[in-house]
Amino acid sequence: MVMRALDRKLLRDLRRIWAQALAIALVLGCGVMVLVLATGTERSLRLARQSFYDRMQFADVFASATRVPKGQLAEIAAIPGVAQAEARISMQVVLDLPGQTKPAQARLVSLPEAGAPVLNRPVLRTGRLPDPRATDEVALSESFAEANGLFPGSSFGAILNGQWRELRVTGLMLSPEFVYLIGPGSLMPDDSRYGVIWMGEVPAAAAAGLTGAFNDLSLTLTRGASRDRVIDALDRQLAPWGGTGAYGRDLQSSDQFLSGELDQLGAMAVILPPIFLIVSAFLVNMVMGRLIGLERPVIGLLKAMGFTGREIALHYLKLAAGIGLVGVLIGWGAGWWLGAELTALYTRFYRFPWLVYTPGTASFALSALMGLGAVVAGALRAVRGSARLAPAVAMQPPAPPRFRRGHIDALAVRLGLRQTTMMILRAITRWPGRALVTSLGVAASIAVLVACFFTYDAISSVIDAAFSRTNRQSVTLTLAENAPRSVIEDAAHLPGVLRAEGALAVPVRLSHGPRSERTLLEARSPEATLVQTLDAGGHAVPLPADGLALPESLATKLDLHAGESVTVTLLAPPRDSFEIPVTRVIRQDLGETASIPAAALAARMRMAEQVNRIDLLLDPDRLAEFDRAVKATPAIAGTLFWPDVQRQFDATLNENLTRSVSIYAVLGVLITVGVVYNAARIRLSERSYELASLRVLGFSRAEVGAVLVGELMLLTLLAIPPGLLGGYGFAALIAEGFSTDVVRIPLVIARRTYAVAALIATVSALVAALAVRRRLDRVGLATALKQRE
Amino acid sequence: MAQPAVFRVEGVTKTYVTGSVTVAALRGIDLILNEGELVVLLGASGSGKSTLLNILGALDSPTTGRVFFRDTELTGLDDAGLTAFRRAHVGFVFQFYNLVPSLTARENVALVTEIARNPMPPEEALDRVGLAARLDHFPAELSGGEQQRVAIARALAKRPEVLLCDEPTGALDSATGVTVLQAIWEANRDLGTVTALITHNAAIRQMAHRVIRLADGRVTAIEENASPQPPQGIEW
Repeated sequence: MVMRALDRKLLRDLRRIWAQALAIALVLGCGVMVLVLATGTERSLRLARQSFYDRMQFADVFASATRVPKGQLAEIAAIPGVAQAEARISMQVVLDLPGQTKPAQARLVSLPEAGAPVLNRPVLRTGRLPDPRATDEVALSESFAEANGLFPGSSFGAILNGQWRELRVTGLMLSPEFVYLIGPGSLMPDDSRYGVIWMGEVPAAAAAGLTGAFNDLSLTLTRGASRDRVIDALDRQLAPWGGTGAYGRDLQSSDQFLSGELDQLGAMAVILPPIFLIVSAFLVNMVMGRLIGLERPVIGLLKAMGFTGREIALHYLKLAAGIGLVGVLIGWGAGWWLGAELTALYTRFYRFPWLVYTPGTASFALSALMGLGAVVAGALRAVRGSARLAPAVAMQPPAPPRFRRGHIDALAVRLGLRQTTMMILRAITRWPGRALVTSLGVAASIAVLVACFFTYDAISSVIDAAFSRTNRQSVTLTLAENAPRSVIEDAAHLPGVLRAEGALAVPVRLSHGPRSERTLLEARSPEATLVQTLDAGGHAVPLPADGLALPESLATKLDLHAGESVTVTLLAPPRDSFEIPVTRVIRQDLGETASIPAAALAARMRMAEQVNRIDLLLDPDRLAEFDRAVKATPAIAGTLFWPDVQRQFDATLNENLTRSVSIYAVLGVLITVGVVYNAARIRLSERSYELASLRVLGFSRAEVGAVLVGELMLLTLLAIPPGLLGGYGFAALIAEGFSTDVVRIPLVIARRTYAVAALIATVSALVAALAVRRRLDRVGLATALKQRE
Repeated sequence: MAQPAVFRVEGVTKTYVTGSVTVAALRGIDLILNEGELVVLLGASGSGKSTLLNILGALDSPTTGRVFFRDTELTGLDDAGLTAFRRAHVGFVFQFYNLVPSLTARENVALVTEIARNPMPPEEALDRVGLAARLDHFPAELSGGEQQRVAIARALAKRPEVLLCDEPTGALDSATGVTVLQAIWEANRDLGTVTALITHNAAIRQMAHRVIRLADGRVTAIEENASPQPPQGIEW
């Protein structure tokens, strides 16, 4: 069987070029890996979310109010489009946990008298639900309980309705509402300091002073109902009861973070893999072109024996596919493993009752298709050439390459370049296409490295902006309700307080033409120094005397520019609407909050200035005293310690970022290694005769090696400017693709990042080229001279 | 004629081992090459003449035996020492010219003059082989004879003490071959370069001072030639 023999040749060919094939397969594998990792993890996360939401009846619309009589619920349930409506009590409470000096905080949510709620049903992980009537029984969110060493049977203290009360844990739960749980104003989940408490409705209402009423509402919608219309109707219904504006799942905090994560995974699948696939296609093209060039006599022979062009083309395509197959398998393996790792990492941040890595067959099939498609596309040109060779022509050695003197030569002579340097320059100008592919490959690698290290720069910039320039306070106190400005004075008298500033945060709807966004409006004194607004360049700027300061993302969503007017609708009493100019567009990386001078808001609300948030600068030596005082102050509904927030932020990012940056740096290096190694091998194979001649003429190993390595290093150096430029573009894509409603990634690239990326690529290229140079030592001089191609 | 020895070869053997196959290329060679001499090594394919030339030119080292160049024992040198020896003393001419295709005639010669201690200008070397008009041509633009003469110019440009030629006319027709041999002969006559020339073409022996015949890895005969002929008179 002749074809079988040809297949054996294929396997032997693959074995012969194994190092080059592996270098390509690794680059291709990177692309496949990222594809499997991103799409597989996205699918796992999406499935976990979907099944959790479906089984536990996660609500579609959420609303809060000050106090709604229970009788209103039937009317709300009758709003067209509402399938189910469930009312409950919800409030922030300060906790006093055993062994913790700092007050922790929790969201207390009531459970209906009948037992488990219909909507947002929690999953009971251990223990039992609290007795609906027991005033001292609660269930806890599992992660909070775990972080604080609490379990069914443990007790802890809480300040309810101004009184310290001991509560007993009956069970631990997970809820679709709190998959990603983050305290108000915080930036990261902190399981030890923020959790959820479920309590029977009667005792909860009593604690909140809401007996016979509710202040929190969840709705599901009927199929096909207009969410916006339901929200409008609900807002009208709740307006007399202090409603603060209903919102859909898209603005529900936990779901917002989850959606952001899913979007980022989606962006990862789209942005990264094409680079690797394209580079591998070019590499296959380069290697197959050389291989087929070397095998011209074999092709001639096969044709003379009667093989058709198509059969021969297929033979070489199979070889390329073989390389692709290895790459796909490597990518699958690495993608599967990393996907499982990433999913495991997610279980630490996203609390699902079941989150398992189920990448599905689609991500594997798609990645294999794209991977094999890339290598076959890369091989096509060379393979087509092989099919077209006439047998008689094929059996002749190829015509020697023709060189011409060009402009570069005149320049080279003037510069007095050595002949070995001329050899390098002529090789590049003689095969510009190959030089271009090599350079672009290295440039792609540099771009990946720039983009990879850019994430460090961006996050450092976010951290610096958020913690050093925007939020300079030590603590933010959230008040249980709006209070006159005099409370700032009271807070200033708490032990250890060096400075106190107040703010009023009000939910609002901003409208501009047909566009509108629900957000938080924060009123502050323009003289405030603890919390500052930043201009686009990240420099602190004072709040303008009047008008709104809008974060850039919000301005973009509303199509607003500085100087234009926006309609502000207060979603809390007095519920007025007013027009106000946007005086400044500011930089805000975390969250989206509009800012307004306190006096300007008070004038429009036609009331005296109020505050519901107090920012404090503390004497670090008197923290314990301060903590004790806070626990004993019922008016304080929550405390946020900024140094803790930053520590949490740093720790989480350090671990996650270091991990992902290391992975992507390896991917970036692999591109350079793959490209330069293959280019060097091809060069060596073409020039071994020429380079051996140099050795015969008395050139040392180092001098001859420099001809080979020099060409590749020159191409690497030429790749640096486009690589850095590409890196910038790539970083811009990532900044865009990875920004979510909650976190915006600023396009900030440090000079050091460019330098490090270029350096890493250059060193990798050098190592790859030197690895090939060593093969030069193995070329016997006497034998090399005897062989003619 | 008691001329000092330039090369002294003592009991040299060379065995190639490829997998399980062992080939004895040289089976014990003793030989002396003298100052100013042009020697033709004559032998059939596989007689070991190329192996001997490669050992003389420090491209290869013997399995046993010793090789001296003047007072230096080549067999005692490491790779760097052998490279330095080639660089300083030896010019090579091969059957397939071994020019660098991306360099012009002048540049191919300059390649060597740039690393030599006391070279002649590339133009002079090329003029010597009659290629003054073809300085800026690339190898692919030159005929076989011209390419071989560039190779000779490149070998001579560093004013080597030794010129080693491996079948320099093997790929050329008779008329072209003669012009190439003429260039080698003149170099030997004018510069006094010790020249060893391999050929399986017996006619060429007429230009040599001595003819060394090899067969099966051994020297079978050494013939003195009292009146060497210039190559113009040789035909084959």
